[in-house]
Amino acid sequence: MTITAPTMTSDNTETEVTAGDGRFTPSYWPFVVPALVIVVAVIVFPWVFTLWMSVNEWHLGGEKSFVGFANFLRLASDARFWQSMGHTLVYTLLSVVAPLFLGTIAALVFDTKLPMRGLLRGIFVMPMMATPVAVALVWTMMYHPQLGVLNYLLSLVGIGPQEWIFNQNTVIPSLVLVETWQWTPLVMLIVLGGLAAMPRDPFESAEIDGANGWQKFRYITFPMILPFMMVAVIIRSIDALKSFDIIFAMTQGGPGTASETINIYLYNVAFAYYDIGYGSAIAVVFFIVIITMSLALLHLRQRTKWNS
Amino acid sequence: MSIKFITSTRRQFLAGSAALGAASITGLRPAFAAVDWKKHAGTTIEVNLIKSPRGDILQKYQKEFEDLTGIKVNAEQTPEQQQRQKAVIELTSGKPSFDVIHISYHVQKRQFEKAGWLADLTPFMKDPSLTEASLTESDFAQAGLDFAKDKNGRFGGLPFSVDYWIIYWNKELFAAKGVEFPKTFEELVAAAEKLTDKDAGTYGFVARGMKNANTPVWASFMLGYGKSTVKDGKLETDSPESIEAAKLYQRLMTKSAPPGVTGFNWAECQSSFLQGKVGMWMDGIGFAPPLEDPKKSRVVGKVGYGVMPKGPGAQAAPTFGDGIGVTEGSSKKEAAYLYCQWAISKEMGARLLQSGSGVPFRNSVLNDPEILKGVTMPAEWASVLSESAKVSQLCLPVIVPVTEFRDVMGVALTNVIGGADPAAEMKRATEEFRPILERSEA
Repeated sequence: MTITAPTMTSDNTETEVTAGDGRFTPSYWPFVVPALVIVVAVIVFPWVFTLWMSVNEWHLGGEKSFVGFANFLRLASDARFWQSMGHTLVYTLLSVVAPLFLGTIAALVFDTKLPMRGLLRGIFVMPMMATPVAVALVWTMMYHPQLGVLNYLLSLVGIGPQEWIFNQNTVIPSLVLVETWQWTPLVMLIVLGGLAAMPRDPFESAEIDGANGWQKFRYITFPMILPFMMVAVIIRSIDALKSFDIIFAMTQGGPGTASETINIYLYNVAFAYYDIGYGSAIAVVFFIVIITMSLALLHLRQRTKWNS
Repeated sequence: MSIKFITSTRRQFLAGSAALGAASITGLRPAFAAVDWKKHAGTTIEVNLIKSPRGDILQKYQKEFEDLTGIKVNAEQTPEQQQRQKAVIELTSGKPSFDVIHISYHVQKRQFEKAGWLADLTPFMKDPSLTEASLTESDFAQAGLDFAKDKNGRFGGLPFSVDYWIIYWNKELFAAKGVEFPKTFEELVAAAEKLTDKDAGTYGFVARGMKNANTPVWASFMLGYGKSTVKDGKLETDSPESIEAAKLYQRLMTKSAPPGVTGFNWAECQSSFLQGKVGMWMDGIGFAPPLEDPKKSRVVGKVGYGVMPKGPGAQAAPTFGDGIGVTEGSSKKEAAYLYCQWAISKEMGARLLQSGSGVPFRNSVLNDPEILKGVTMPAEWASVLSESAKVSQLCLPVIVPVTEFRDVMGVALTNVIGGADPAAEMKRATEEFRPILERSEA
């Protein structure tokens, strides 16, 4: 059946789509309407409204007034905003690299014929299933400088007590450790999927050519799992960028503002200080950052495809 | 009652008439007027409570109110932070989904007053068909009146539960080092340092170090130096008294507090104290019950309760408080008011006090020997309570952006614990907060 494209008549009204045999078929536009309404209501409207609020000065409980780009100009000189932006980037970078590295190693281990492989893999993926806030509470107790089990374990090997999330210098790495513990299994599963999908022929050829283990990994396995690692990078980056629950439940951005990421700052501005206009301006800027990073990552993903 | 009236003598009748006449002249309510509790039977009201032992107790006995009034109550408890957000967003809309709101005066008083979100309860309080005779203004502790009344003397809500900051102290650790409970700030520092033995893992003092949560600690010290953080709308946070308070905070938190204290909120402080590793813990009196619970505490029977030591300027018990009020947007204000009145009634106040869930603002509860007999906490706790009431002072400023104030000052205080210069930090934080305060009152 051939379908011709809709044509416009001279009086600008849309004609019915005609089938090749001359029968009229109905317009399908009404079927799009429900989806369109939902998209407009839950995606387009909130965004347009956020943009509108970002050019207004509006505290909940007070009057709203149009201020143009004043909120964005205020951002430029807001040291706390820039600091939180820096924390977000560091936190994201570490929360992507550490699980990626450990997850890939774990996938390579689980790809071998390990005894009790199924059971161990099941245990390994368990952290991923836990609720982040529950995880945060357990880790907060473990990190307690006086009562926590981690300092006790360190004391057994002669290392002095650490302050973990209770110190400005160690708080971000300590939070990343929790994030790594929880999300390394996800990376492992993705990369393991990639390993399982690999063809065996190149390995056989390499063996015939006398390649050693490292060479097989470096020149065959690694390039072949790279696209899967890129998928993991994209998923982890998005997750880490929007990370809120673990940080909020463990430190609320502290000590001081040492672990305040842009999400925490945005939350405080909008829902603790009720400065909705300024909070919206932060949301707009953060959205642009996320879009830029996503495009860059998607571009990288295209370049690592097997057939490229 | 009518039978008694008929059988009264002529003399009694005349005396009663004279008393009524005197009451009408002085503006007092006739003491025998009965509240028409059933006036709004059949109405349903929505109640928005903060998740807390106070909220629990209201929900636990809610059925009694429903039986008394015939009013159906739908009460919901939400954790403090979320409850505040939900309330503000709904109240901004002008049509909140609730008739009764439980508020934290020390954070929300000015915000609610400025926005006009609470109904004026003063006319209801003067109406004998709505208010019991025992509920009089003079029955509230001064702090309760400071919290509940606005500049024009109108009641926006009723004072519900007060929290004074005190010093919890570990008698065993004090005895081991031969130290007396401090009466002044100087003695506080000396005792804290004497009690600290880092090698043994014991520390003399703990208080909140986490940003935002730490601001009341410093503000409490500032009261002892004779100043509050904001006076007549002007910031005093860079005054010499403020800087001295920050220095005191720095000294206690760096020399006598456990490692990692910059990240401690009240819960971490309480854990340390419960383990018997800390000599003194400064925080709200409402955190006492777990200390006397053998399932949770290693210091049962060893806890001393002390009033805030005297500073160079004053002795002040830093005061915080909850209220319960009726929303301006409610269409069932009288029914909602009856609920508020029941919530702060003598009977409910007694339950609050006796269970250690909170401390009522009403003197008739706090001074009733029968009620005090039923208090489950040690006698020392009850005596600190009444001593604190005598030197009570509001700790946090009555401004709209209290949370921002706590955050900005809190970051400075965290930096101070980290070794920054108190004077420079308090001045920087003051400059940072000044435009925020000005904007909020513009």
